[in-house]
Amino acid sequence: MLKMQNISKVYRTDLVQTHALRDFSLEVAEGEFVAVTGPSGSGKTTFLNIAGLLEDFDGGSYLLDGEDVSNLNDNQRSKIRNAKIGFIFQGFNLIPDLNLWDNVDVPLRYRGFSAAERSKRIKEALEMVGLGSRMKHLPSQLSGGQQQRVAIARALAGTPRLIMADEPTGNLDSLMARQVMELLENINEQGTTIIMVTHDPELARRAHRNVHVMDGQVTDFTEFERAANKRERDALGG
Amino acid sequence: MFAYYLRLALLSIRRNPVLSGLMMAAIAVGIGAFMTMLSVHHFMSGNPIWWKNDVLYAVGVDTWNPNETYYQSRPELPPQQLTYRDAKALQASDIPTYKAYMFNVVGVFQPENEEIAPFIERGRMTFNDFFAMFDVPFEYGGAWGEQADRRDEFVVVLSREINDKLFGGENSVGKRVVIDGREFMVTGVLKEWHPAPKFYDVTTGAFQEPEAFYLPAQLYETLQPDRSGNTNCWKPENLDSFQAFNNSECTWIQYWVQLDTREQQQRYADFLHAYLQEQASVGRSARPDQYLMATPEEWLEINEVVADDNRVLVGLSFLFLIVCLLNTVGLLLAKFLGRAGDISVRRALGASRLDIFRQQLIECGFIGLLGGIAGLGLAGVGLMVVRKMYRFEGSSMMDGEMILVAFITAVLASIAAGLWPAWQICRVPPAGYLKTQ
Ligand SMILES: Nc1ncnc2c1ncn2[C@@H]1O[C@H](COP(=O)(O)OP(=O)(O)O)[C@@H](O)[C@H]1O
Ligand SMILES: [Mg+2]
Repeated sequence: MLKMQNISKVYRTDLVQTHALRDFSLEVAEGEFVAVTGPSGSGKTTFLNIAGLLEDFDGGSYLLDGEDVSNLNDNQRSKIRNAKIGFIFQGFNLIPDLNLWDNVDVPLRYRGFSAAERSKRIKEALEMVGLGSRMKHLPSQLSGGQQQRVAIARALAGTPRLIMADEPTGNLDSLMARQVMELLENINEQGTTIIMVTHDPELARRAHRNVHVMDGQVTDFTEFERAANKRERDALGG
Repeated sequence: MFAYYLRLALLSIRRNPVLSGLMMAAIAVGIGAFMTMLSVHHFMSGNPIWWKNDVLYAVGVDTWNPNETYYQSRPELPPQQLTYRDAKALQASDIPTYKAYMFNVVGVFQPENEEIAPFIERGRMTFNDFFAMFDVPFEYGGAWGEQADRRDEFVVVLSREINDKLFGGENSVGKRVVIDGREFMVTGVLKEWHPAPKFYDVTTGAFQEPEAFYLPAQLYETLQPDRSGNTNCWKPENLDSFQAFNNSECTWIQYWVQLDTREQQQRYADFLHAYLQEQASVGRSARPDQYLMATPEEWLEINEVVADDNRVLVGLSFLFLIVCLLNTVGLLLAKFLGRAGDISVRRALGASRLDIFRQQLIECGFIGLLGGIAGLGLAGVGLMVVRKMYRFEGSSMMDGEMILVAFITAVLASIAAGLWPAWQICRVPPAGYLKTQ
């Protein structure tokens, strides 16, 4: 699904150069649920933004879904983001003056779906996150956990192959965090690849695999038993 | 997608009412000032008889002071009006298809209905050709018969307004009205007719209302009416009696002809030239080469109906509009940058730069449209003031064409103002504002 080799990313400001990523290599298979952990400032968000085509990188190679994305123009990158990738942010990033329906509608509008198609997808997505009855509410009328579920619905509505979640539970209390996590697990079970940055070791352990990032490099992989077992079971059971 | 962007524009205006309001106000003030000046110009520079511009001619012959030309700045032009002698002589030519001299008089109406007090009105004495030549529209009846131009007949054509006043708007053809104590029979009532400028007589204000009634000029010597209008004299001569004035070198009469063919036009020019030569040969002051045949357009130009300062004002008000727009550019930039967060979310979710650019420009156009509506209101107020100041009477100055121009200008101007801010905002990197959360 995603294959990064020796990616480097340098931020230059007037005073300093920051090597946010150096020799960053990672492969994620289709259908995986990968948790990315690491200390603050280690480059997790930078990795996610590059992987999600929100930012350019300076060196290395990156294949997304088998396609070399290093030479795409802005327009092509927008199309790929729109069709293949769903984003979930720590700060939810809903548009405050659009109601839930219209927020979920945003990526679908740029996709060029028909009104009927959009309507069907919005309803399904909001129902899936348990907010089907509040479509006319504004984000400010919801709790943080509910807002994040709207953001998930928005990421889901376009049926992306890959979901990028940057500390999706970072602003939520543990109960709400668990609900969001369960939602992501459901989505993953239906085949969507998920890459999630998190600080929470308990949540990280529920992923198939942990990638630890330090100083802009992948330092450690941990494959969890539960996930490994599950995959074996899948392989055996067919 | 256009409807979607319009909805977003509305939301954005609601979210930011102060900034949006300021922008609309800036556009409204700019458009208001510009449209006021442009409408005045458009109104002044109209040719209300454009469809006959190549066959109608204002006629002038130079029998003015031998020692001084009528216009100092344009010595080649004859006086603006004719003497009575010249007017009568020209009227004898049978070259033109239509021909008419004309002048203003005043008359006192004594309505039959005793409840209406007698009142004074401006009238025009002329010929039956006047109505055909200028395509004057009739509501009832028509012009008096040709015989009334040769033999005294007490007949009158009324304007629509005066017919409303005297007869409550009913068909008054055949009825009698009393003017200056004499009875006249109505032969026709005009439809509303307000040529602006009043091209056929600009001597007492190019934007004056047309006269309330029309009488055959044939009756002039019988009625000896009170004249109203401009009279210009140069010769020290006796003007004491009606007869002496009519024989004088004073100019006070307008003259128009319709010449349909090239050949007619050439023959008429030759006729004017010959007439002046003949006058010179009998010892009158006359300049044989100084005759004028001016189309309505040329006539309005010669009489400077559109003053130069009016053009300058249009230019200045346009500059003012640009200043207002520059203000708008600043406001738009502030507004758009305040929304960078939303924009980068849209970008992350798949909006292309072009999508964002379009969204912003449609919002600008929408604000421009609202500003344009307010601006039209302001222009309406401005025009009311201008009308009072310049004593423009009659028809409305803001026609459909001007309203359309106002909207197009407002929308295009605000889109132009939005180009730079929209370009800035669509280049906001999609990741930029997401990271700082
Ligand atoms: N736009 C930027 N400009 C300059 N430096 C940046 C920028 N974004 C990130 N960095 C720096 O790059 C490093 C990695 O940041 P980030 O990927 O946000 O880390 P994490 O998400 O793991 O906390 C940090 O040192 C950060 O200060
Ligand atoms: Mg981060």
